Amino acid sequence: MLNVGKIEEGFVLDHIEAGKSLSIYHHLQLDKLDCTVAIIKNARSNKMGKKDILKVECDINTLDLDILAFIDHNITVNVIKDGEIVDKKELVLPKEIRNVIKCRNPRCITSIEQELPHIFVLADEAKEIYRCKYCEEKASESTATWK
Amino acid sequence: MRHLMNPLDFTVEELDQLFDLANDIETHRDKYAHACEGKKLATCFYEPSTRTRLSFEAAMLNLGGQVLGFSDAGSSSAAKGESVSDTIRIISCYADICAMRHPKEGAPMVAASRSGIPVINAGDGGHQHPTQTLTDLLTIRSLKGHLGDFTIGLCGDLKFGRTVHSLINALIRYPNIRFIFISPPELKVPDYITDMLTEKGIPFEEVIRLEDCMPQLDLLYMTRVQKERFFNEEDYVRLKDFYILNKEKLEAAKEDMLILHPLPRVNEISVEVDDDPRAVYFKQAQYGVYVRMALILTLLEIEVK
Repeated sequence: MLNVGKIEEGFVLDHIEAGKSLSIYHHLQLDKLDCTVAIIKNARSNKMGKKDILKVECDINTLDLDILAFIDHNITVNVIKDGEIVDKKELVLPKEIRNVIKCRNPRCITSIEQELPHIFVLADEAKEIYRCKYCEEKASESTATWK
Repeated sequence: MRHLMNPLDFTVEELDQLFDLANDIETHRDKYAHACEGKKLATCFYEPSTRTRLSFEAAMLNLGGQVLGFSDAGSSSAAKGESVSDTIRIISCYADICAMRHPKEGAPMVAASRSGIPVINAGDGGHQHPTQTLTDLLTIRSLKGHLGDFTIGLCGDLKFGRTVHSLINALIRYPNIRFIFISPPELKVPDYITDMLTEKGIPFEEVIRLEDCMPQLDLLYMTRVQKERFFNEEDYVRLKDFYILNKEKLEAAKEDMLILHPLPRVNEISVEVDDDPRAVYFKQAQYGVYVRMALILTLLEIEVK
């Protein structure tokens, strides 16, 4: 059993689907933060069999929870202060995501007008489908092209 | 200020008002002849579309207004690399309303978000062409007397035809519509549309041959089957005749069935059908002008007493 120490302030992202922690690390741009990050892969889980966990020691306002919800809204976000869990944040699919993923449609206006924000709107909550605000091209976490 | 990007931007009630206005224009042309005096329509066509552009221009001229614009990207500032956002800001200084066609999907929406004047999407790539759908709806309502309570056959390229997809989305807001999709398997209506119809409990059928359903139809919406859509020449040759409407096939149709087509037609409707009273595709082009006149008046908030 591997032991990873407590963090004083930051987040513990729990119940990450096994194997996804590294992509979350990149999408949350944790590589750009000057803080302690623990990536735990394939931890045992009663609920999921195997899961990944990310521990991030940072200011609690640093993380973009909308991106996280888009990646997987089943992730549990534990907010840590003074070494204790002070809050558990529930992730809900954001109604709109801006400049997180790119529209893949070569006929979309965003393909030629570089300054336009890439905006995706939640079109089907049950199927977790987002559509480009401009051309309505479908995107989901598994098919998205990240900005 | 309102724009038109998608046929569903207007509620069913708002469409009724628009179509009432279009019908009033049809019967009282003189009353509207000066309604837009002093107003200018900019037709910003980044790709050629003579029919749609001329229809918009005729609509504005019929209302006593004036038109300016360009008819391909090469003769516009886009050739110099100007963005749609910048172009529309400039056009807003020159005109009172703008009809925009653009090969890139969503371009008119970008324009609308930066514009000081109403923008009408006159077709953006394979995405939307709302004034075609409004034309189709006005034609059906004017000639059938109502929207709803009919069986409509949609024939030809149902896979790539944006006109067809828009029309289906617009028609499902009306009661008791039954769809019959007539196409080769290669050009079937996309699954997301049939899934949506199933989910909403709207009846539909998919058939391969026009003859299989002709007697049931109250409306027949024909579209072009393009050779390049087929995987091979053999399939095209085998299937193309199924989707050509001629006098012989029409014999099985109801006396009051209407034949619509967004035009241009190539060979999918034989010219011998043109004189049949059920063929209304040229009238449809006329309704296209009326609906654009009504739309210009509505978006400019001009009331004619």
